[in-house]
Amino acid sequence: MTTLSYTSGTRDTPAVPAGRRARRRQWTGWGFMGPFMAVFTLVFLAPIAYSIYLSLFRDQMVGGTTFVGLENYERAFSDSQFWSALGRVSLFLAVQVPIMLFIALLVALAIDSGRLYGKSFFRITIFLPYAVPAVVATLMWGFMYGTRFGLVGNINDALGVALPNPLSPDLILASIGNIVTWEFVGYNMLIFYAALRVIPHELYEAAEIDGASQFRVITAIKLPAIRGALVIATIFSIIGSFQLFNEPSILQSLAPNAITTYFTPNLYAFSLSFSGQQHNYAATVAIIMGLITMVIAYLVQIRGMRKAV
Amino acid sequence: MTTPAPNPAPATSRRPQVTLSSARRRPRKLHTVERPRRSPLLTGLTGLVLVYSLVPLLWLFINATKTQEGLFDSFGLWFHGDVAIWDNIVDTLTYDDGIFTRWLVNTLIYVLLGAGGATFLAVLGGYALATFDFPGKRAVFAIVIGAVAVPGTALAVPTFLMFSEVGLTNTPWAVIIPSLISPFGLYLMWVFSSEAIPSELLEAARVDGSGEFSTFFRVSLPLLAPGIVTVLLFTMVATWNNYFLPLIMLRNPDWYPLTLGLNAWNSQASTAGGEAIFNLVITGSLLTIVPLIVAFLLLQRYWQSGLAAGSVKQ
Repeated sequence: MTTLSYTSGTRDTPAVPAGRRARRRQWTGWGFMGPFMAVFTLVFLAPIAYSIYLSLFRDQMVGGTTFVGLENYERAFSDSQFWSALGRVSLFLAVQVPIMLFIALLVALAIDSGRLYGKSFFRITIFLPYAVPAVVATLMWGFMYGTRFGLVGNINDALGVALPNPLSPDLILASIGNIVTWEFVGYNMLIFYAALRVIPHELYEAAEIDGASQFRVITAIKLPAIRGALVIATIFSIIGSFQLFNEPSILQSLAPNAITTYFTPNLYAFSLSFSGQQHNYAATVAIIMGLITMVIAYLVQIRGMRKAV
Repeated sequence: MTTPAPNPAPATSRRPQVTLSSARRRPRKLHTVERPRRSPLLTGLTGLVLVYSLVPLLWLFINATKTQEGLFDSFGLWFHGDVAIWDNIVDTLTYDDGIFTRWLVNTLIYVLLGAGGATFLAVLGGYALATFDFPGKRAVFAIVIGAVAVPGTALAVPTFLMFSEVGLTNTPWAVIIPSLISPFGLYLMWVFSSEAIPSELLEAARVDGSGEFSTFFRVSLPLLAPGIVTVLLFTMVATWNNYFLPLIMLRNPDWYPLTLGLNAWNSQASTAGGEAIFNLVITGSLLTIVPLIVAFLLLQRYWQSGLAAGSVKQ
């Protein structure tokens, strides 16, 4: 196990009680922490504060900037385009995320079971799409979806059929779901696999002696042991879904009729800001999305942890 | 922690030794829990996911060998009669006065400064969180963890407005500065440092009169190498693949990274009077992903151990 060699190296020495870990309370730590926090303040905290500030104002052609309190938020709650975008990513979240995580989990369990021929080839190859930029992934799939020189066109020609166009308004969300699944299945698989690797194998031996079936080993030992990884992967996927932008934005040039300017909340905020110059309202939309994401991620975490007890 | 109660973390890390010794003691069975029977059925089923992962990459490679006409009149998953990959590469690199090369250089600059800087800051910060007790440490931790949940959208627009106030938009800095922060990298380095650096070692260095910074560079940094490679790879992917940030910040194509450039080439076909260059988009895409895939394959030993360390703590 090369993966754990460094840990066993440190553990070879007798375990030092945590309370005795000599940590002098000192400012030296800031010498190391300072640079990160300085840049973090500049590119994370300041923009968040600034966008809260922006969301409380309105910029008008006549009269300049005026304080409007929560008016922008009221507008968002009665904005049908915003709700339509939010509904679309919620649907995406409810369908794509479970499918992707389920496939990732199955592959991780299969590789970890040791029953595959050439398991490291599987692990590396399925992970590779993660290294492909969203732009390239979307262009590739977009071309393949195409009816002109894509695979869908090839199949139509070869079999004399007319498959539904994946780039049509009805199917575009599913087509995007497929691209996102392709990009991140391997990444999630690797998170699960890394967590599976550290389960003590004595448990499996004990289960075998008890005559437990493979399925029982998975449900009673493996899944509970990797709950932390499942929660983390779910939270990352929720954040990713609510932020959906790259794939629809790039597909716009291949499927201009299927993707509106308010296809996802992120795309909506982008269009408001850069085509409509409505920076204040765009900031409001972004803050609402940030709050929704944080609440849902928090709920998932609470639920994940409660099961653990 | 002073009680000898069983502790899951040391138990898992001691596992390699335990399994080794138990394997030695027991008579060898052909198929054990450690080495179960291989299953062709399971291999076949998992193979479906493998095919799913590979087909688009295969499609990209095959179609990068075709001329634009060849793209339209040949089957997508097989080669066209005359292989034009060399011509395509040359055309990609020279089209529009070699703008692709310019984008490649830009990407390399963004990756070098952005990912390199992000890794540097994450290593220092993670090391600080793991080995020092300093005033405000808990607050730092809470703020960084909380900020991870904030979507990029909430940041992008105000960051753009802030940068445009100080005239940073449409310059490389607008892409590099926001790339410098990787909360995931900080988390990974924090976990990794607390596992890889024994406090006795730091204590011994202090007793020897070594300053904190020289201890860090001479003693700790070598121990952190696998974690650093992992963070470097993931920040490299993040900056190499970045699209949203440069899309917002840059107007001048001379500063585009590859991702933005490829998208511009693709959109060119749908604009009025624009020349369709699908063969160059496809070849350019292939050239864009090759360096990252090679980096991942060559460095797999490091990033896999780094990721494993990250998941131990979860």
